[in-house]
Amino acid sequence: MWTLLQIELFKISKRPRTYIAFAAVAAIVFIFQFAFKADGQSYMDLMLQSVKDTFTFDRVQAINGYFMCYIILNTLLIQVPILIALIAADSISGEANMGTLRLLISKPISRTQLILVKFAAATIFTIFLLLWMAVTALFMSLLIFGTGDMLVFRSKGDESQILLITKDDIMWRYLAAFAYATVALTVIAALSLLLSIFAENSIGPIIATVCIVIVCTIISNINVPIIDKNVKPFLFTSYLVGWKGFFYIGTDADGKTIRGSLENWPAIRKSLLILIAHIFILVTAAVVVFKKKDILS
Amino acid sequence: MSLIIEVNHLSKKFGDILAVNDLSFTVNQGDIYGFLGQNGAGKSTTIRMLLTLIHPTAGNIKLFGKDLSANRSAILQQVGAVIEKPDLYKYLSAYDNLSIFAKMSGIKVTRQLLMQQLQMVGLEDRAKDTVRTFSQGMKQRLGIAVALVHNPALIILDEPTNGLDPQGIADIRNLILRLSKEMGKTVLISSHLLSEIELIATRMIILHKGKKMVEGNVATLLDPAHTLIEIETLDNTTAKHLLAQSQWAAFVQPGNQLQLMMDKIKVPQLINFLVSGGVQLLSVNSSHSLENYFLSLTTQSGNVDAFAN
Repeated sequence: MWTLLQIELFKISKRPRTYIAFAAVAAIVFIFQFAFKADGQSYMDLMLQSVKDTFTFDRVQAINGYFMCYIILNTLLIQVPILIALIAADSISGEANMGTLRLLISKPISRTQLILVKFAAATIFTIFLLLWMAVTALFMSLLIFGTGDMLVFRSKGDESQILLITKDDIMWRYLAAFAYATVALTVIAALSLLLSIFAENSIGPIIATVCIVIVCTIISNINVPIIDKNVKPFLFTSYLVGWKGFFYIGTDADGKTIRGSLENWPAIRKSLLILIAHIFILVTAAVVVFKKKDILS
Repeated sequence: MSLIIEVNHLSKKFGDILAVNDLSFTVNQGDIYGFLGQNGAGKSTTIRMLLTLIHPTAGNIKLFGKDLSANRSAILQQVGAVIEKPDLYKYLSAYDNLSIFAKMSGIKVTRQLLMQQLQMVGLEDRAKDTVRTFSQGMKQRLGIAVALVHNPALIILDEPTNGLDPQGIADIRNLILRLSKEMGKTVLISSHLLSEIELIATRMIILHKGKKMVEGNVATLLDPAHTLIEIETLDNTTAKHLLAQSQWAAFVQPGNQLQLMMDKIKVPQLINFLVSGGVQLLSVNSSHSLENYFLSLTTQSGNVDAFAN
């Protein structure tokens, strides 16, 4: 199994398309950092406009590395599924397209092993992509913008909320957020893997994955009670941005933030479990479908 | 002599299409077994079932005396295959491709072993080049190196000479003969090049529309006792009618042409019979090449395009 995984990672590392995702992440992060370095003040003025009379904060100091990373992740983690699909959706369909699938299947490895190895490789790719995001969006931002307490802008129902997290209470939240994002994006990898079994080139599964994510995201954002109750709880897209929960710090009766606390840990834990259940169901489905499939490519 | 392949009542349906129909055959150790049939005869489907790429609808397969479905991994360690085109990872080098598939076959991979394999197929100088830069013939040779790298006891080659020039075809032929005679390997080979099969195969099977038409030793099947006789007369319809009512009826092949599969020594008797029946003969030709034999069994008129080469 380990040898198979090494082979899979070797193949991924040798494909030029693998590095498109890393280049795209670096480019987006750099553009954000450049824009905020050049004119972050305007952004802060806009964000703090409604609270300028009640909330005093050094706006220059507010644009620090932690804040930058939060802003970047807010944007980037919505787009990253496409980058994950680029690799994961190619897992089986790419082999079928190249004609190597029949050679793989004729080797003394089981189909279950092959799917699990492909899934593990896609997961490792996801982890590396998020580590790369951590390096570029967090650590590079800290180098460029420095550290400091972090502002979190939050929409809660009709209200806007600004939370302040002290700088010694932030890093663990990022570690937890990246770990959560890894699980969330692994669902995308599992979905892409499943779809890739049905196709003989990777374009179809990539487009199908992106379409499913878009449709489910739209449904997740429809605020109609019947959908809220009966549909949203079962959609993985309802939990993709659950990483933000690590930055929703708990507050005391006076509204003061409590260091090291989370506003709603049970909700985060439930989201994680639902995402893991999605992964389990999708990978199991991939194994079952692939085991029954006739390889005609 | 032990059986390497035992196929019993194998069938495969794709929707309503019966691609392989109640097929049974055996391959002995050391055989070079020719697998013949027109396009769509069920050759590739059968080969894919032997390699577990396709699940049979009915029947069972035993390789090395063991049930394939129950002992898949252990059996496939002893099998090497080139399935249709030898598609490999185009973005990887020949060496890396060989290394990957050798590791997947569960053997200990050394640089020396891989270079030996590349040398065997004449690609040692191109070891570091990506497969993207290879000609079809080079890919084919690399595919064969991949099939042989783990020293399998059974080698399955589906159209291994596709895309090769005459020298390449001769090289593959010699390699197959060497694998069989010097190394005792069992080879199952399908090819459109019937003359090539005729040169190397010891036993063969002919499939037609998913069914077995004939199986046996090539030497026996191409024996003069089973010679194809083609007769040209002024009136083939009358001649055929006459033959249908005679002892020769069993030898007449289906189709519009007047063809009989028979012992060559009985040709004078046949001529006498036809002449005494008033048939005016224009020519009588005999042939026992594999191609003629194959065509006599499998083709209806106008259905021979696939074997034009």
